[in-house]
Amino acid sequence: MATWQLASSTGALPATTIGSPQDVTAAAWVLIEDGQLSHALVVSLRRVVLGVLLGLALATFFGLVAGLSPWGDVLLDPPMQMARAIPLYGVVPLFIVWFGIGESTKVILIALGVMVPLYLNLTAALRGIDPELSEVADTLRLTRWERLRHLVLPAALPGALVGLRLSLAVAWLVLIVSETINAESGIGFIVNNARTFLQNDIIVVGLLTYALLGLATDYLVRRMERRALRWQGGATR
Amino acid sequence: MTIVLRGVSRSWEEIVGLSDIDLDIADGERVAVIGRSGSGKTTLLRALAGLDTGITGELRGAAAPAVVFQDPRLFPWRSALDNVALGLRGTDPRDRARAMLAEVGLHGREDAWPRQLSGGQRQRVALARALVREPDLLLLDEPFSALDALTRVSAQALVADLWERHRPALLLVTHDVEEALLLTDRVLLLADGRLVHDERLPADLPRRRDDPALVARRADLLRRLGVEP
Repeated sequence: MATWQLASSTGALPATTIGSPQDVTAAAWVLIEDGQLSHALVVSLRRVVLGVLLGLALATFFGLVAGLSPWGDVLLDPPMQMARAIPLYGVVPLFIVWFGIGESTKVILIALGVMVPLYLNLTAALRGIDPELSEVADTLRLTRWERLRHLVLPAALPGALVGLRLSLAVAWLVLIVSETINAESGIGFIVNNARTFLQNDIIVVGLLTYALLGLATDYLVRRMERRALRWQGGATR
Repeated sequence: MTIVLRGVSRSWEEIVGLSDIDLDIADGERVAVIGRSGSGKTTLLRALAGLDTGITGELRGAAAPAVVFQDPRLFPWRSALDNVALGLRGTDPRDRARAMLAEVGLHGREDAWPRQLSGGQRQRVALARALVREPDLLLLDEPFSALDALTRVSAQALVADLWERHRPALLLVTHDVEEALLLTDRVLLLADGRLVHDERLPADLPRRRDDPALVARRADLLRRLGVEP
């Protein structure tokens, strides 16, 4: 930060390249004061939350079906692997044709981006369940539901949480791209607008907001991980 | 007579696991199965546990078998108590599980994660998990072989003690002849999937490691296994 401020003050870093921390803070303050930033934040968060919820629901459903039943694997895995191989941004034109340039395109794009990492990690975790513990479940004569609740889901949880973290990182990336391509509101809209008027300070504010949102979600997932995976720590030997 | 095997065999492609086994195990009888590695000991145990669907011949197994494996095989994400209570039916499963944990000497460790327990303690949780189901046949697959020598002695004493109180039929697979003589009434010897020797131990055999009668039987069984004592 000090280096940045120093470089800006001495003119080594011209304001046309990037504003000084002081300028950026001032720009942020203006955006906060007039409610632009909070409004944009609400709009962008709404897109991400809807997209993430839809993507996670799809990934969980497809992941469980493909990970737990052989025919589900045969039916679902090839299309999912294909979806993974297609660059997400390549389908943007098609989505605009299908869904227009409204909210649904952004939400669906985020959902697709979110679905893939969680699906891949969840199916891998489900396939990796220890057969010795499955045998224990057999000898204890667990019902299907008990087996799912006490063996399958807890065993797959660490892998699923890794997938969740990757998925959420993807969610922010896709949000940025889809908001930059077309938006009438949201953080991407502010950034794009600022570009038109060469307001570098505001672009930096937008980027910092994205960064903070990314950090915040990562922190949340880490906390979830610590709580859900308590059993992994505390070894006495 | 609870358990009856007639002409029970098991093979995979070219490998013979079990070959034409005839065996009866009475209620509450304690049977040890010894033999070299690959002789079919564990295959026999898995057949009796109902874990092997590929066997041929007639097998009238136990109504409620319970298994303790070589490794404790606890669910690491469930507490000691939850591991014991897992899938337990009937009234007050958690209370029964708690009582059984106390019986194996783990009172106060109900909430511990398996990782927080020592190897011996984990194997006791596995024993509690098996016994709380009140099995009519308790199957033990080399349950002490992963334990250190001192822990093994106390775990063996615990099994002897628990059998006295619950009296299930018991099948102990082991490669330790001494352990077989200390804990059971009858020793079966398997070789290449065949039952080659079936020896009932006298009721008055003193179960002490240094007893001359026990030492003599141990030497005899070792010779049958092809080891010169």
